[in-house]
Amino acid sequence: MLSIVSLSLFGILNLFLGFLKSSRRLLLPATLLFVALAFAANLLDWNEQYLWFRNMLRTNNQFINFSGIILLTTFFVVALSRTFGKDEEHTHPAEYYAIMLFSVAGAMMMVGFENLIMLFVGLEILSVSMYVLTGTDKRNLRSNEAALKYFLMGAFATGIFLFGVALVYGASGSFNLAGIGAYTANARALGVSPLLYVGLLLILVGMLFKVSAAPFHFWTPDVYDGAPTLFTAFMSTVVKTAGFAALYRILSASFGGVYGYWWQVLSVITVLTLLVGNITAVYQNSVKRMLAYSSISHAGYLLIALAAQTRQSASAILFYSLAYSVATVTAFGVLMLVSEQKPVEGRPDERYEAFNGLAKRSPLLAFALAVSMLSLAGIPLTAGFWGKFFVFATAVDRGMTSLLVIAVLMSVVGIYYYFRVIIASYLKTGDGEPIEIRPLYRVILVLTTALTILLGVFPDLVRHLF
Amino acid sequence: MLTLTLILLPLVAGLVLLGLNGGAVKRVALAAALLELALAVYVVTSFQANTATQYAFSADWIGSMGIRFAVGIDGISLLLVLLSTLLVPLIVLSTFHHAYRNPSAFYALILFMQSALVGVFTARDAFLFYLFFEAALIPVYFIAALWGGENRVRVTFKFFIYTLFGSLFMLLGLVYLYLQTPGTHTADLTAFAQLSLTAEQQSYLFWALFIGFAIKMPVFPFHTWQPDTYVESPTPATMLLAGIMLKMGTYGLIRVVLPIVPLGVERWGTPALVLSVIGIVYGSIIAIQQRDMKRLIAYSSFAHVGLMAAGILSQTLDGVQGSLIQMLTHGINVVGLFFIVEIIFSRTQSRELDRLGGITQNTPNLTVYFIILMLGSVALPLTNGFVGEFLLLRGVFEYNTWLGAVAGLTIILGAVYMLRMVQKAMLGEKSGLTQHFTDLTLTEQLTLLPLAVMVFAIGLNPNAFLRLTEPAVAQLLQSMVK
Repeated sequence: MLSIVSLSLFGILNLFLGFLKSSRRLLLPATLLFVALAFAANLLDWNEQYLWFRNMLRTNNQFINFSGIILLTTFFVVALSRTFGKDEEHTHPAEYYAIMLFSVAGAMMMVGFENLIMLFVGLEILSVSMYVLTGTDKRNLRSNEAALKYFLMGAFATGIFLFGVALVYGASGSFNLAGIGAYTANARALGVSPLLYVGLLLILVGMLFKVSAAPFHFWTPDVYDGAPTLFTAFMSTVVKTAGFAALYRILSASFGGVYGYWWQVLSVITVLTLLVGNITAVYQNSVKRMLAYSSISHAGYLLIALAAQTRQSASAILFYSLAYSVATVTAFGVLMLVSEQKPVEGRPDERYEAFNGLAKRSPLLAFALAVSMLSLAGIPLTAGFWGKFFVFATAVDRGMTSLLVIAVLMSVVGIYYYFRVIIASYLKTGDGEPIEIRPLYRVILVLTTALTILLGVFPDLVRHLF
Repeated sequence: MLTLTLILLPLVAGLVLLGLNGGAVKRVALAAALLELALAVYVVTSFQANTATQYAFSADWIGSMGIRFAVGIDGISLLLVLLSTLLVPLIVLSTFHHAYRNPSAFYALILFMQSALVGVFTARDAFLFYLFFEAALIPVYFIAALWGGENRVRVTFKFFIYTLFGSLFMLLGLVYLYLQTPGTHTADLTAFAQLSLTAEQQSYLFWALFIGFAIKMPVFPFHTWQPDTYVESPTPATMLLAGIMLKMGTYGLIRVVLPIVPLGVERWGTPALVLSVIGIVYGSIIAIQQRDMKRLIAYSSFAHVGLMAAGILSQTLDGVQGSLIQMLTHGINVVGLFFIVEIIFSRTQSRELDRLGGITQNTPNLTVYFIILMLGSVALPLTNGFVGEFLLLRGVFEYNTWLGAVAGLTIILGAVYMLRMVQKAMLGEKSGLTQHFTDLTLTEQLTLLPLAVMVFAIGLNPNAFLRLTEPAVAQLLQSMVK
């Protein structure tokens, strides 16, 4: 709880730091410190259970785990940030950092909500921040288009979500997770109002939009592509983790009683997401767009654990989110540096060809990229392998055979497009100068790469926490 | 502890190599591989011929999930550990005349590969097994893709995706088995074998596991990755692939499929065996048509491995014993043959049978080695190939006479393509390319001599090896009946 409050205050503090030119230099270290402080504040409540604001918010170990992943990712993303555009006049770094901190506070509310209204507030804080961050490259037409598209469609999805909440309230008479849960628990004996089913469906649509599951994913590639790469990294990790934490909470705590009703819906969406994400990713020429589609496909894998809804689902989602976030941040970090080396028409070059011969130009970048791609592809000895393993294990437990076969086939497709990047950087020759990396950037890349391998070899390091 | 050393030694040596430069790299790699071989020879000589798992090492790895780092050597692992440790020094030695770009990475990858291979053959825990199974793929992929021929990127990529596809199904099967174990779960392979699963469950599991191994071997119709990969890879990678890596598939059948899903084998063994036998005939017939020597040996290897799979699936003592000895034998012969092709290629820049010929006239030594390895490969009595093929065919006959008869064609067809290769390449008139062919150098002789010795050693005294493996195989087959 302390962490949410402090993050909001730190965000305001950041805005003040932006007033003076001289204090702007402090922004990056200050933001890093703030995120670290919030992380530490979070840990204080380990093994304690609290309810806040008249049962609106619950903090427990699961809350700390999910928000820990969010804060860790934010820390990495902030550390990878540098100048926002060349001309100082049109950029507002203080605002960007502040908005990032606010959005993290929103994400944490989505993780800890005990009441659907709280979820709505968190969702909106996060979403509105994201609309703004998407449009920060304001001289770039694509960034503007992305922000507008994201905003219009996001607002629509929020409306649908809110309508769903209203219907569920109408059926169950409660906004509270436990209250709705008590109502659906008797579903088999007493029956439930059909309003509940419609409401649940609308809530699902709204949330699935946020985590970019098919067929609600159409905004994702354009928005991810148009937004500045740093914020794409932020969006594809933090929003996804928070979204899945919220989905898990709501489905397990409130709608466990009507599992028979929604698991098929979710399974169909899972299969669609896996197919669309993976197969479309194959046809991309831009690594950034490929990563956008790959993030859709990872939503698909996470949905498996959600649809299976076993006792292991929460820890599977946690581990997967951690592995995915760390690898994605690394991949976007490398992409940012590589794409800026040789701009095409003033824009960063994000095509696969830009990675040709990367192993010669910078062995560290090539290695970090390779490890992150292996992890995203789910190759053993990387964190991603165990992520997939735990997720698949939940589905095996539930006996969802056909879903698993599709997921396995799609992981093979995934290997295809992830390896194209590795092949470009190791096996193709390219011309290009050696790439310079700033010390902090280097430290973060080494750290995320080491974390990916470490979790791949010893998943127990964090698993006993989950 | 000794088993752990066998796994770690090449890994550490490989890491050391990455830090070295220049001419020392080859020698350090060779020294490490020889040290490893010495350890393995000690293991083989001090191995007790019983059913126990010896030199076992076990430590907690992922405690919360009951996954252990458990390795050990029993009769089934023994010959394969010997194979991987025997061939790697020879493969390293075979490259001494050739200067590869970036040698430290090249030799380090070979040693990493060896570490993973020994790991596969000694792992006692299902996930450790899977891990090494996958880990072995990555070094050889990079060797092939970095130092291979013109189409290397495309071809090796296909190989990589294809084999990963198979092993993912194997992983699903293993996860399923893992979740069936009682309590907090264990991934111990012997615990898997003690599960009481219905025939229905075992049928699904059989196919999930079999596809993974069948692609690795490869069994017909999963072989399409193989010839291109063998041809495009640099010869050391081809040797690793054909000599050792394909045995991961046959070993997996014995180690995982037979004991864990016996009812699945009973129900679906015959179709799988028919596929293997089709592979034998099909591979042989294609081999007869080949002009490229490397491609010819690739197809012959495809045919041979079909017979090994058929012998294992026959579930007879002779069949399984034969496949074990044949894995060792085939590794020795195929590495020797690929090396001879490399020798010919390095002197003439050609592997085309039509453009070669008359090499014998200048090269008494090469001819002798070539013919010894060829005879071993066509299973002439008193050579190593005879022991394996004889036992394998007996096993398949015992299972089904007709299948045995068709599989027996391998003897005739094998002789056809092998003799044709020797005749076209070595005999006849000299061609323009073979005009100034020089005989073997010292390192080439040093590489081929141990292989030739092994051809006769196994051929004359197969019992020295069969005696060690028999108790474990007999116990395995007995446990399947129950």
